Amino acid sequence: MKALKIVVLAKQVPDTRNVGKDAMKADGTVNRAALPAIFNPEDLNALEQALRVKDQIPGTKVILLTMGPGRAAEVIREGLYRGADEGYLLTDRAFAGADTLATSYALACAIRKINDVDLIFAGRQAIDGDTAQVGPQVAEKMHLPQVTYVEEITEIKKGKITLKRRLERGVESVECPMPCVVTVNGSAPTCRPRNAKALMKYKHARTVTEQQDSSEDYITLYTERPYLAIPEWSVNDIESDLQQLGLTGSPTKVKKIENIVFQAKEARKIESNDEGIEDLMKELIENHTLG
Amino acid sequence: MNNIFVICETENGKISDVSLELLTKGRSLANELKCQLEALVIGDHLADIEKQLYPYGTDMVWVADDSRLVFYSTLPYTAIAVQLFKEQKPQIVLLGASSFGRDLGPRVSSALASGLTADCTSLEIGDHEDKRAGKQYTHLLYQIRPAFGGNIVATIINPDKRPQMATVREGVMKKAIHNENYKGKRTDLDVSKYVKDDDFVVKIIERHIESSKVNIKNASIIVAGGYGVGSKENFDLLAQLAETIGAEVGASRAAVDAGFAGHDRQIGQTGVTVRPKLYIACGISGQIQHIAGMQDSAMIISINNDPGAPINKIADYVITGDLTEVLPKMIKYYKKNTK
Ligand SMILES: Cc1cc2nc3c(=O)[nH]c(=O)nc-3n(C[C@H](O)[C@H](O)[C@H](O)COP(=O)(O)OP(=O)(O)OC[C@H]3O[C@@H](n4cnc5c(N)ncnc54)[C@H](O)[C@@H]3O)c2cc1C
Repeated sequence: MKALKIVVLAKQVPDTRNVGKDAMKADGTVNRAALPAIFNPEDLNALEQALRVKDQIPGTKVILLTMGPGRAAEVIREGLYRGADEGYLLTDRAFAGADTLATSYALACAIRKINDVDLIFAGRQAIDGDTAQVGPQVAEKMHLPQVTYVEEITEIKKGKITLKRRLERGVESVECPMPCVVTVNGSAPTCRPRNAKALMKYKHARTVTEQQDSSEDYITLYTERPYLAIPEWSVNDIESDLQQLGLTGSPTKVKKIENIVFQAKEARKIESNDEGIEDLMKELIENHTLG
Repeated sequence: MNNIFVICETENGKISDVSLELLTKGRSLANELKCQLEALVIGDHLADIEKQLYPYGTDMVWVADDSRLVFYSTLPYTAIAVQLFKEQKPQIVLLGASSFGRDLGPRVSSALASGLTADCTSLEIGDHEDKRAGKQYTHLLYQIRPAFGGNIVATIINPDKRPQMATVREGVMKKAIHNENYKGKRTDLDVSKYVKDDDFVVKIIERHIESSKVNIKNASIIVAGGYGVGSKENFDLLAQLAETIGAEVGASRAAVDAGFAGHDRQIGQTGVTVRPKLYIACGISGQIQHIAGMQDSAMIISINNDPGAPINKIADYVITGDLTEVLPKMIKYYKKNTK
């Protein structure tokens, strides 16, 4: 079968699942800097699906694409360690402040530049925003069909892909022509771990900015092994309409941010012994909360 | 023009609860904005569907009824919504934050280059001043939602682009009949003018969707279990108490993730929102994302072996102890005192 070209959209996110006490500043706001930056969990599920296609169809190329600040290159390295072939970092001040629509537009422009892509995989949603909007909006911007909430690829044949979707109350199997956008659910298989060989091979993979910032002299390394250079694309590298990027291209604006404060109540303590529980149940029955 | 639209979801010929909840909210927003409330229903065999919508104060029901539209599919549904909105120019469009609304909403908003806010927990009307541009906006939709993993609440606005779009999870808004005898109008769309053959390239091969059996949202008493319940077997203890006192069983996300309870029982920011008259939290620590879905319960009992569990702060009664010992006692003494 014809080898495929797959783009996996990945995002570096603060680990909002572990917002501990130390992650809150004295004024009650979230100290983002104190949160570890991680590979968005469902994007790893998406990467795994792409790698499975590569296992099946020899010659298939898995390309990571991430948009973010310079340090988001970590996500690309992590993907290379796990079996991806290449990665691109989309980074520019012009992209800053983007809502999901402007983000999707920038990503769609970058995918067009990668060119000739058969499949675009993304995680269902990112844990810092939980919107699940970027996948479908990239699809719309590229005028491609989309299949969301995917748990499994069942078949790829004759330019079509068959996928199983996990919905609230069941499953659905759909057949979709390629190219298309697929968003992968957290219930899909977890991503394979780093591969020791790939880790050795890509340990020194760096973007141009990282190469320049590094104190060591890597110049010969990057001329001898060009695969170690992670391409960094700015707004000038993609064909785009500036009006649709970043803050300007974002129809939604944040008006206000508030911290959540709960009103503590004065609770009544109930003994967990027989007497305590019996009294409580009697009281609830008498005041008609129960029965 | 300039009205409020709700894109409705149907299940076996019935408008789903989340759509009716949004119509209820839409009605009150429409009163405030002095505009009309309109609904869009897409599907097959939709005769009389408008009758389910009028009592919620719907002034206009747009119907796209075609055998090819029997199941939700992104492309044809998007094509219909996008073209209708280009013609009707709504100021606000609301959808349920279900797999339907979260697939369709972003697609429609991207095609219209308008903004969309996911999973709103509150919708209000308000003004806005853009000092830098020296612009004054009135009657904007404030889309209020938790952000950053639920640790903060953000108010989002779309100052310039229309429609202002938002999705809301089931149970967050309250469903209420506006007027049993309310009369609106129905308009049937000529579907062939809205969809092309190309919109049907994605084929549904198989579908196994169960109708919802669990009804925690409307339960007046909920016995909810968390990770502290420890096992599926221990969850049976909750089921026994629930059966004894006439309650439904709910769960925290950690309990659902651990496989103790099904997805449809999850309460919280990414599950359903509930407001029962009594909520019994068993082995639930009370993280912000869980509390977001149950804090409006009229009465809360917490059973936890950790006296410092955060949920105790919002509880009316705190029982510090092991739930495997406390629950059987509750069952025993309820039975003893109701005979
Ligand atoms: C974006 C996002 C969305 C989320 N959405 C939701 C959501 O919708 N709903 C939700 O619930 N969570 C949600 N979460 C997860 C949430 O942050 C918590 O992880 C989760 O609620 C914890 O569940 P728990 O209280 O059951 O488990 P734990 O925090 O592990 O608490 C277990 C509790 O059980 C007690 N316990 C242990 N053994 C016993 C015993 N024998 N008897 C009595 N008590 C015992 C312990 O003291 C502890 O308090 C979300 C998280 C994120 C980041």
